Amino acid sequence: MSDIAISANRLGKRYRLGALRRQTSIRERLSDTLRAPFRWLRPNRDESHMGPREFWALRDVSFEIRNGDVVGLIGRNGAGKSTLLKILSRVTQPTEGSAEIHGRVGSLLEVGTGFHLELTGRENTYLNGAILGMGRREISRKFDEIVAFAEVADFIDTPLKHYSTGMQMRLAFAVAAHLEPETLLIDEVLAVGDMAFQKKCLGKMGEVASGGRTIVFVSHQLNQIRRLCKKAIWLDHGKIFKIGPTAEIAGAYETSMMDRSEGSKGIVGLPEVCNGFVSWEIVEPRAETPNILTTSGPVRIKFVLRLSKPVSDGHHGIALFNHERQLMWGWAAHNLQLTEGTHEIHYLFPTLPLRPGLYNWDVSLFDGVKEIDRWACFPEMTIATEIHQDLRDEWNGILNVPCEFGIRNMENIAVVGAAERARGESQ
Amino acid sequence: MAVPQAQPAMIAPNEYPSVHIAARRGWLALDLPELWAYRELLYFFVWRDIKVRYKQTAIGAAWAVLQPVMTMLVFSLFFGRLARIPSQGLPYPVFYYCALLPWMYFSTAMQGATNIVVDQQRVITKIYFPRVVLPIAAVLSGLLDFAISFVVFLAIMVYYRIVPTAAIIWLPGFTLLAILTALGVGLWLSALNALYRDVRYVLPFLVQFWMFASPVAYPSSLVPEKWRWLYGLNPMAGVIEGFRWALTGHGQPPGILLATSSAAVLLLVLSGLVYFHAMEGTIADVV
Repeated sequence: MSDIAISANRLGKRYRLGALRRQTSIRERLSDTLRAPFRWLRPNRDESHMGPREFWALRDVSFEIRNGDVVGLIGRNGAGKSTLLKILSRVTQPTEGSAEIHGRVGSLLEVGTGFHLELTGRENTYLNGAILGMGRREISRKFDEIVAFAEVADFIDTPLKHYSTGMQMRLAFAVAAHLEPETLLIDEVLAVGDMAFQKKCLGKMGEVASGGRTIVFVSHQLNQIRRLCKKAIWLDHGKIFKIGPTAEIAGAYETSMMDRSEGSKGIVGLPEVCNGFVSWEIVEPRAETPNILTTSGPVRIKFVLRLSKPVSDGHHGIALFNHERQLMWGWAAHNLQLTEGTHEIHYLFPTLPLRPGLYNWDVSLFDGVKEIDRWACFPEMTIATEIHQDLRDEWNGILNVPCEFGIRNMENIAVVGAAERARGESQ
Repeated sequence: MAVPQAQPAMIAPNEYPSVHIAARRGWLALDLPELWAYRELLYFFVWRDIKVRYKQTAIGAAWAVLQPVMTMLVFSLFFGRLARIPSQGLPYPVFYYCALLPWMYFSTAMQGATNIVVDQQRVITKIYFPRVVLPIAAVLSGLLDFAISFVVFLAIMVYYRIVPTAAIIWLPGFTLLAILTALGVGLWLSALNALYRDVRYVLPFLVQFWMFASPVAYPSSLVPEKWRWLYGLNPMAGVIEGFRWALTGHGQPPGILLATSSAAVLLLVLSGLVYFHAMEGTIADVV
């Protein structure tokens, strides 16, 4: 009996771009059929047919995960995290290589899989539980706990279509959270529901993680990974880039995100833009890399705008989003008259007290109602300031404000006050 | 957390067989032990299908009765009264209803099975289970409607004072044949449907043509004797003639017809399983 829970051996998955479009029509295949009868019955068989429009979403991925390990999968979008999870959960087959998972596997690539709006909360709980791999008796046993966790007890016999989205998500997560396989594969499912419920879910996840089960967890939020996972696997372009203790890997990953921006020194622009925004940078505080902010203020940001034609009725909008596309701040200037040529737009913020992470500036320019340009600024703005708040995820808010804290005993002051008042009255 | 958590059961890793993941090869068509392990899921899919079927309809399950009864009336009027098609000495309503029982089941089950893989693509792309559970569930859930319309048939029998003969013991066999036919066609079409949405548009025509190629509106005795075996290649021909004979005792036991029909069903189901299995691994990528 080994203590290895998951072992992957040179896993690879090849996808074909545009394959879907091709396959939805039977017509193209008919001519091929004359040449190779029956071949069209199988998808993706004809190599020459597809040409070079294929790519490896995952290649040569080998690793071992021990029983009871909680492992975070990190990497940029398209690095192959979800593909790896899909292969491990057997939703899709690898093109090459193999993997071995010991014990029962539960996968949560989505919450609420198989929910049906016409069925009641109770019925959906059973259905969803069964789809996730729970038996009827197991669900019955946990039913009350699930309903209590989801906080939907009053509506449990109401059809799901009358639930709010939040309630649906809560029920969905509650079912999923009560899954008890030895190995659990989780794709970014925590980004659901309201903040309070997210915190509750994180708490539950923490319990699961400390319960000795093997968990593979994908998340974009390094904070979550740091909190829940002991080990991390860093995927890049479908390959394992680094594997090791979370602190080390997450740190290296963060640094690399900055390195990547560093590679594009100075003004990062799109030279071909002749009518619109060309570049942006942080002018103050001056830093090596003009898109990394290391102090909370004052901050001066510059956008370069190049116009090939004058603008007579200009409207300029700006917005700042965080990594989850939540709007941090938005503003607009109207009735602008701009000549043709290059302009610099400056913004001075006394402070930008945002928690460390990646942020996006979006800027736009309209002439009347005609859009001249709308730019999701590249590169992203990295805020790498000191953390001025609680480090625990559930107490880590969007604002990162330093504060002065004081505590005084008001008893003495009150006594003095009373004495003074008494003196005044006696006079 | 206020709620004390049950400790996860300590299960030795070797209590469950380990899962091996690799690109699948070979012809092994049906993993029966695995299918057995997923029987509860099958049950829930069937259960859901039945629960959902007549939700938000005004008359609910009455549709299961109305559809065959209305069709029977229309057939009796046009094919019977007006076209005077021979009915083996049976009253027209009985003659047609006998055939519509398996036919209606077959056409709904086959269409349900064809569409279920595409309809459930969200589930398929997010969770693993043997995909073959889906068409099987679709085929099984049609049996409830079949049972309901069967009860109506008993009423018709009483009304026309027709007493079933001993041949009725063959009825479960013919029902099984109908189920397998629907499954065989469903396996093929659902896998093809995942690849080519064309199937969805072909389906209504297929059902229509198939009905006229089956002895629903006429007795198979209209087909010349020497071609009867060929006619039996349509498994529903054997099923429908079998139903008429088993339920009423009229007509002949469908000997040669049944033999070819059974062989055709066997071939259909086996090839369907092989094809579905070949598609199974990639279905989540292409559906």
